[in-house]
Amino acid sequence: MPDVTKTATAVEDAVAPPSAPESKGSHKQEKARSLWGDAWHDLRRNPYFIVSSALITLLLVISAFPSLFTSASPTMGDLSNHFLGKAELSKIGSPEWLGYDQQGRSVYARLIYGTRASVMVGLCVTAIVATVGSIMGMLAGYFGGVWDAILSRITDVFFGIPFLLGAMVVLQSFTERTIWVVVFALAFLGWTQITRVMRGAVITVKHADYVHAAKALGAGTVRILFRHILPNAMAPVIVVATIALGGYISAEATLSYLGLGLSAPTVSWGVDVSAGVAQIRVAPHVLLWPSIMLSLTVLAFIMLGEAVRNALDPKLR
Amino acid sequence: MSTINKNATVPAPREGGHTGPLLEVKDLHVEFHTRDGVAKAVNGVNYSVDAGETLAVLGESGSGKSVTAQAIMGILDMPPGKIPQGEILFRGEDMLKMSDEERRKIRGRKIAMIFQDALSSLNPVLSVGYQLGEMFRVHQGLSKKDAKTRAIELMDKVKIPAAKARVSDYPHQFSGGMRQRIMIAMALALEPELIIADEPTTALDVTVQAQVMDLLAELQREYNMGLILITHDLGVVADVADKIAVMYAGRIVEQAPVHELYARPAHPYTRGLLDSIPRLDQKGQELYAIKGLPPNLLKVPTGCAFNPRCPKATDLCRTDIPALVPVTEQDGSDLPGRKSACHFWKETIHG
Amino acid sequence: MADLSTNDEAVAAALDTPVRRGEPILQVRNLKKHFPLTQGILFKKQVGAVKAVDGVSFDLYQGETLGIVGESGCGKSTVAKLLMNLERATAGEVFYKGQDITKLSGRALKAVRRNIQMVFQDPYTSLNPRMTVGDIIGETFDIHPEVAPKGERRRKVQDLLDVVGLNPEYINRYPHQFSGGQRQRIGIARGLALNPEIIICDEPVSALDVSVQAQVINLMEKLQDEFNLSYVFIAHDLSIVRHISDRVGVMYLGKLAEIGTDEEIYEHPTHPYTQALLSAVPVPDPQARADRDRIILTGDVPSPANPPSGCRFRTRCWKAQDKCATEQPVLAVPERFRGQKTLAAHESACHFAEERDVVHAG
Repeated sequence: MPDVTKTATAVEDAVAPPSAPESKGSHKQEKARSLWGDAWHDLRRNPYFIVSSALITLLLVISAFPSLFTSASPTMGDLSNHFLGKAELSKIGSPEWLGYDQQGRSVYARLIYGTRASVMVGLCVTAIVATVGSIMGMLAGYFGGVWDAILSRITDVFFGIPFLLGAMVVLQSFTERTIWVVVFALAFLGWTQITRVMRGAVITVKHADYVHAAKALGAGTVRILFRHILPNAMAPVIVVATIALGGYISAEATLSYLGLGLSAPTVSWGVDVSAGVAQIRVAPHVLLWPSIMLSLTVLAFIMLGEAVRNALDPKLR
Repeated sequence: MSTINKNATVPAPREGGHTGPLLEVKDLHVEFHTRDGVAKAVNGVNYSVDAGETLAVLGESGSGKSVTAQAIMGILDMPPGKIPQGEILFRGEDMLKMSDEERRKIRGRKIAMIFQDALSSLNPVLSVGYQLGEMFRVHQGLSKKDAKTRAIELMDKVKIPAAKARVSDYPHQFSGGMRQRIMIAMALALEPELIIADEPTTALDVTVQAQVMDLLAELQREYNMGLILITHDLGVVADVADKIAVMYAGRIVEQAPVHELYARPAHPYTRGLLDSIPRLDQKGQELYAIKGLPPNLLKVPTGCAFNPRCPKATDLCRTDIPALVPVTEQDGSDLPGRKSACHFWKETIHG
Repeated sequence: MADLSTNDEAVAAALDTPVRRGEPILQVRNLKKHFPLTQGILFKKQVGAVKAVDGVSFDLYQGETLGIVGESGCGKSTVAKLLMNLERATAGEVFYKGQDITKLSGRALKAVRRNIQMVFQDPYTSLNPRMTVGDIIGETFDIHPEVAPKGERRRKVQDLLDVVGLNPEYINRYPHQFSGGQRQRIGIARGLALNPEIIICDEPVSALDVSVQAQVINLMEKLQDEFNLSYVFIAHDLSIVRHISDRVGVMYLGKLAEIGTDEEIYEHPTHPYTQALLSAVPVPDPQARADRDRIILTGDVPSPANPPSGCRFRTRCWKAQDKCATEQPVLAVPERFRGQKTLAAHESACHFAEERDVVHAG
């Protein structure tokens, strides 16, 4: 029945010009405020953003400089430490802090060094997916017609492949499974989501009057695409990509757990979870810690995505 | 749903009991808490409507005319909206003090609203007949078949051609004018005592506007309803209103019977508005333009909110808020129903 | 493609010749735009067409304002887009200084765009929200670098802001920091930046508050005198069109119903649609209103995908006869008025054209 959202917009209209005197007299100079600036202003005050970005910054630092956090090696096992060198939770940051695994390797050191694999996979897949997906979506959305028909059908085909199952099939065809192979497998199937989001956003934006205005001025296709359409179509892509990043990290772990992703000697949380399951009764800590790290990381990115969404599109709240 | 005993749920019977105006808004304030501060959308509005009377509330964007209506209907978004003070008396009872349940019973049954954008106010996946019939099924417990018959009657009432054939059509199959008629039919369904129409014809073409306004006026007479017509269009108002309240920056700046207002405005803002619209029957030279911009609700000017745009403003206007006072003839005799919130109303109306 | 570029130069040379006041600067001939209605996803099959504009002809004279009025869906906004070449015409020509601009593309079209600019309806959507005012107006100079050398651009943008009555210091602000009226001024500044000869205005004030509309109308009239502009002023508000226009065309369902000087159209309308439209205009004066001749039309505008045969207005016309269903009336001076020295003798597409003054109390 009644359109309640009207209230909010009506008020917004009335509030929109935050002091804009027509007279050219002396008035307090008001700062230029871009939409990105406004979003950033909102973000900084969002507790979810603060928590998630702090967590993500920590993860990035760990993956860049793991040796700052532990002196122990993640791969060197000392069988005298076999498992039961029980966790010594008081010795924060020491190799024995979170205990040892079956082969006498420090669980803490493995957690630290495993961060890089997860973060790398997440970031790389997202970077590739965002680039490829945005370009495809932009072409399909802007040019429409045959371009759209062909690109959208290709997208549909890839979208139809179950993500994990497809990634498993791709990975099966590689003998050696490095990080890059996993990145390739996830990106190969992941770009469709961004393509769809971008295509939709571009179609909305390309009918905006300011795009017509640019055309009326004689602006070329490149200018219209990159100056007018892309900046205005990007917001939803940023949100989706941030949330998806967490998803790729968990997908990597899932694949590694199934033995199809990364494998030893590569250090990764997924590999450790896989190894830990076997000793769940004897030494649950081997499974517990990498699982917690994984969940925290995925949660951090999803929280970040939500915070960014709220900042970019306040009306969605 | 079982049949609801109509009399049991009605706070006051239609006739008798209460003798004052049908609806009375007293010193209403509404504010919105936004990122940039507190926007004072309504700052002490008083108005009243009687049964069978049409009050037009005239104002530009940001004048608070729609927010007041939403406050009356109880569809204000709270938060960010807030009603720090004021009363909304419907048949003498303050609706702001009622429970949600009591208000819900008044809404739709006693007070109905018509919106500007009929398309977004109707559910696109249900046929109009179903949506019209829903009012009867839910509120009066009619059977599906009876509800449909009533829906067709209503569509006839608002002069939708071939109502019987079109009762199963969906909103998008109707033109803008027809959709607005369906909205009117929906508002009328339960024969409310008061209708609030928020820019009901703004989205329509001129030839259709006239049809819809005529229909609304005719039905109002027939049902003896009170009508609050919210609009920014001085032309639309001239046709149907009995009295007009002009709003600016959340306050009523002038109140007058319709003919009086056009003939002799008593507030510089009203005068400016009337002078600034081009006339169909004369080709003037330069248009009179009110200088400056509509007020920013985050920073309403001190004193009279209109002072930065007013050609007659003095220091007094910049410091003292003018009260809405009765306007009199030059010789001091009464001008019933006329009020102005200008320090210099005498000069404006008689000068 | 040497051949093509010399052609471009010829076009450019032709565009530089000025047009004298009172001579036609834009000649529109039988302009049509049909939007195909298709079915199917990959292999599209045309199942019909929305005839948004269906044979419109008029001249725009140098220095004048031609108003085009009509209800929503009559095709007036499509005419604006066709004149700007934002939509490709299905048929017909638009001659600007002898060049048919509907057939131009590339450099030649870009050259034409310098001289024909547009002001859009909605100041909230016609400015890119992510660009500063300086960038929005300055972009015109990035696209047409020959108009302003790099060092001068910022100053030129500030001059333009000053011309449209905005504080030049606002150059670094974003559109959402302005009110509707101010935004429309920015849109006008952008339209003026290339110093065009013609500005197409598509409902330039209908989204603005009443008190601000007059400001913008006055500004546009001032600029017309100052820069010797010709306007095509498209609007649904007949009062505003009367105020600003020298000549007025009335559109109905993709065709012109009547065209003439403002006095001819408003004081001596001969087409029943014009009469109905004029009589429906709400007048802010209850006294004059009560005395006026009111024609209330029944029904709605038919769909442009399936317009009525013969005269398109006949389904809502009180004068309609059999002839109207079979014979399409042409836009010409009606026979009964031909050769007469009366203001009713202007072009009107009605078989039964007759004068009726609906504007004045009678």
